[in-house]
Amino acid sequence: MEASRASETATVLPLTAPNPARRTWVGAATLRAEDPALLTGEGRFIDDLSPFPSEHHAAILRSPYAHARITRLDVKPALALEGVTAVITGADVSAACKPFPVGIETRPVFYPCAIDRVRYMGEPVAVVVAEDRYIAEDALELIDVGYDPLAPVVEIEDALHADSLPLHEAVGSNVVHDRSFAYGDVDGAFANAEEFVEAKFVFPKYASTPIETYGVIAHYQRAADTYVVHANFHGPFILHSLMAQALQIPSNRLRIVVPPDIGGSYGIKSAVYPYIVLIALASKIAGVPVRWIEDRIEHLCASSSSTDRVTWARAAVLKDGTILGLHLDQVDNTGAYVRAPEPACLYRMHGTVTGAYRIPAVAIRNRLVSTNKLPTGLNRGYGGQEQYFTLERLVALVAKRLGLDVIEVVRRNLLRKEEFPYHAPAGSVYDSGDYHAALEHALELADYPALMAGRESARAEGRLVGIGIGCIVEPSGSNMGYISIALPKDLRDRSLPKSGCTEAATIAIDPLGAVTVRLSTTPQGQGHRTVAAQIVAQELGLEPKQVEVLAELDTQTSAWSIASGSYSSRFAPVAAVAIRNAARKVAYKLKAIAAHQFGVAFEDVDLVEGAARSADGTHVTSLKRIAGAAHWNPSSLPDGMEPGIYETAYYSIGLLRPPDDDDRVDSSAVYGFVVDLALVEVDSRTGRVDVKQYVTVHDSGTVLNPMIVDGQIRGGFAHGLGGALFEEIAYDENGTLRSGTLADYPIPTASELPTIVIGHVDVPSPFTPLGAKGVGEGNAMSVPVVIANAVADALGANEVRLPLVPHRVWEMLQPNAVEAR
Amino acid sequence: MSYCSKDGRTTISLEVDGKRVKAAVSPRLLLSDFLRGPCAAKGVHVGCEHGVCGACTVRVDGQAVRACLMLAIQTDGSRVETVKVLGIADAMHPLQERFQARHALQCGFCTPGILISAQTYLREHPAPTRRDIEELLSGHLCRCTGYTPIVDAILDAAELERR
Ligand code: FES
Ligand code: FES
Repeated sequence: MEASRASETATVLPLTAPNPARRTWVGAATLRAEDPALLTGEGRFIDDLSPFPSEHHAAILRSPYAHARITRLDVKPALALEGVTAVITGADVSAACKPFPVGIETRPVFYPCAIDRVRYMGEPVAVVVAEDRYIAEDALELIDVGYDPLAPVVEIEDALHADSLPLHEAVGSNVVHDRSFAYGDVDGAFANAEEFVEAKFVFPKYASTPIETYGVIAHYQRAADTYVVHANFHGPFILHSLMAQALQIPSNRLRIVVPPDIGGSYGIKSAVYPYIVLIALASKIAGVPVRWIEDRIEHLCASSSSTDRVTWARAAVLKDGTILGLHLDQVDNTGAYVRAPEPACLYRMHGTVTGAYRIPAVAIRNRLVSTNKLPTGLNRGYGGQEQYFTLERLVALVAKRLGLDVIEVVRRNLLRKEEFPYHAPAGSVYDSGDYHAALEHALELADYPALMAGRESARAEGRLVGIGIGCIVEPSGSNMGYISIALPKDLRDRSLPKSGCTEAATIAIDPLGAVTVRLSTTPQGQGHRTVAAQIVAQELGLEPKQVEVLAELDTQTSAWSIASGSYSSRFAPVAAVAIRNAARKVAYKLKAIAAHQFGVAFEDVDLVEGAARSADGTHVTSLKRIAGAAHWNPSSLPDGMEPGIYETAYYSIGLLRPPDDDDRVDSSAVYGFVVDLALVEVDSRTGRVDVKQYVTVHDSGTVLNPMIVDGQIRGGFAHGLGGALFEEIAYDENGTLRSGTLADYPIPTASELPTIVIGHVDVPSPFTPLGAKGVGEGNAMSVPVVIANAVADALGANEVRLPLVPHRVWEMLQPNAVEAR
Repeated sequence: MSYCSKDGRTTISLEVDGKRVKAAVSPRLLLSDFLRGPCAAKGVHVGCEHGVCGACTVRVDGQAVRACLMLAIQTDGSRVETVKVLGIADAMHPLQERFQARHALQCGFCTPGILISAQTYLREHPAPTRRDIEELLSGHLCRCTGYTPIVDAILDAAELERR
């Protein structure tokens, strides 16, 4: 443990302070400002708030069927129950609401509630509003619904069949999206190949399941014709626009307020937005404020998850392991609907599809299918775990086929530091990195020769031991234009082009000199308030504890834009810069006032230790006094300066463009790197997989707070391991959910998670002023395939299906095991 | 909140975080809802309501229990303690301090339940091993931290208290 701690910090590059006299806070392991409240039971999570008087409570009736027509819906008995205020059904929803906009040509119709047909088990059918939740739940039982079951479509390959019953009649097929792309000389690559490696890869559906469930408190204010909604939503993102469009109101009549604390999300809570619309409508119809707190059973069947994916992949290689080109035929399953931001699952990694390797040519066919499963959405790693499962399994299979050590194949193809900035064939522009140094560091931390020797001696004893590796590029800060690549160019051209990755921050100083920062990043545990205080303190010559940071977001009063919120690890590369820029605007004003008062040049003033000082030290005035002048005594300000101190900065990474005419897109702002090595042992009697050793080396650019960065890495690892070994949102052949409680959906506990060794080879990004790259998702992307590679190595298997639960591994061990399962 | 338009209510009296509470409650009211609602003990978090996540853990008469698996009326005459009994922001309990120092919480939703479990456990097991703490934590789900820092923080606190 000690050794690993030491290695964690050894190679972190220090950030140079903008002024040597000023204290450097950025890069320090500052304790978190969030913690004292959270540790003493004073967090302010959605269900802790009472924003409206005399609120009522909602409970949602959900479909017990995967696929059925609703033949009868009688709510009168429920309405007759004492304490029930209203019951809202699909008829109310379709009368009041438009379907949500969908980002693909076929536009499967999606409402927040079933209208006349249910398409997954758990889909909302009606909402009861009552005086309390207990009564609301009693009333659910009194609603009389008739269902006429329809043939379910469950698995991806069922949906590809022409004879599967289309979920969306108007689309006419369960293949709801189909686009092909080619980059580089794909035919040439395959013509020049010496070997081909071909395989089918299957990736399961799972979910990051935050411990706090969804929560919405909505109040329709009739006089103002405005919906005010508090929700643990981590937008507003583009989703605010979609909600306003569905509700058919001007967007300034949908006010969304995000509470200061959110009990985890990992992407999952972005999909609370249909429920925001549903509960907002319930409030309007019932005429009272309505609170809905999702329960865990609802969460598991009807919140959100990652997509399951089937990929048919083919690699063109040379005998020395050089990869010349790829063919990828990918099919993602977004469940019953294509709920925005889907189909982003297929496109988040689009520009980055060739990963960390110099693969000059790639052809891609992307399809989406609809099945009778829970709709999908953002989930830590989003699209990355699916993409790298294919790519890194393929690299392992290439090595196996050619009889090479996988490290040799990796080294041969891995990008070199001289190649940066690297233009990947599908459009991503990788900013910086030293992938080979990171790989060598990982091999060193794992003591690779000893690891190999240990594996051999264990094998000599008949034990099943395997080593897995994965090298992945971790994109962060999504380019808002990438999703539009799902549409062909002519359709793209018809709408407003989209690009960039914008975030905003506001900083105010009050008349007594106290500093308040307002974020729009809706954190859910990532410590944004702490890091923002570090950045602002450094810019203004203060201590972080003097800087108050508000994490509440209010779409009516916060500065925000189309990318605002928390997803795609965008805080470090993007939001942190908006915060810094806002602080610089404030610093500029403070210095200008001080220079004017001191009678010295602007350049001769600095902000240090809570005061403005002239360079020669003859003038010192407290920040309080300078800020005070801006409020109390505008006549003392330099000519033409506005009174008050309240500055907002917007920032977007300027290099991000809309997709080009050849369908290339730089899908993210910056690109980190992760290399992982795992040693596993499989128990041949039980099939249990034991992770003996796990090393992960990261390039997260400039580290803003090393304690928080390593916390994000550990968290990402836990999610990745859950997906590798335990978790699956599983359905039977009728589309009935088999993982409907936390007892059936096994989230790893403390005894199941090994202690990992973390290393850093951080190369600051030249594309963003602070040099920081996102860090929270890398291991969520890498761990599933790294464990799969290790287990494949242990068992000598070619095909590996996740999650590697004991019974599945045990079956693989049986003498008659068929490879294709 | 009524919770019982169709049931009769029972009056219970108990102590919650050192304060006497007397309330008329529906027999079906969960302890977790009673504590969060009428008692305003918002540090009791609800993550599953089926006894798996541990977020709702409180102490009843010295025992750590899941408030979502108990009815409020079962605590008549009892002493109930939530995370509030550990410490306040400017005078934190060693467990709370070590949780902060070790970065053992991110979103903090699981944290109050874990703190109550750990405090209760350490009273009877002042010198736990790493394995003991991992086992203790198997009754709690944390989705943010990967648990390692939580185990470290609890071991640190045990050591501090032994000094
Ligand atoms: S809420 Fe009680 S154990 Fe999860
Ligand atoms: S800190 Fe978020 S669940 Fe534990």
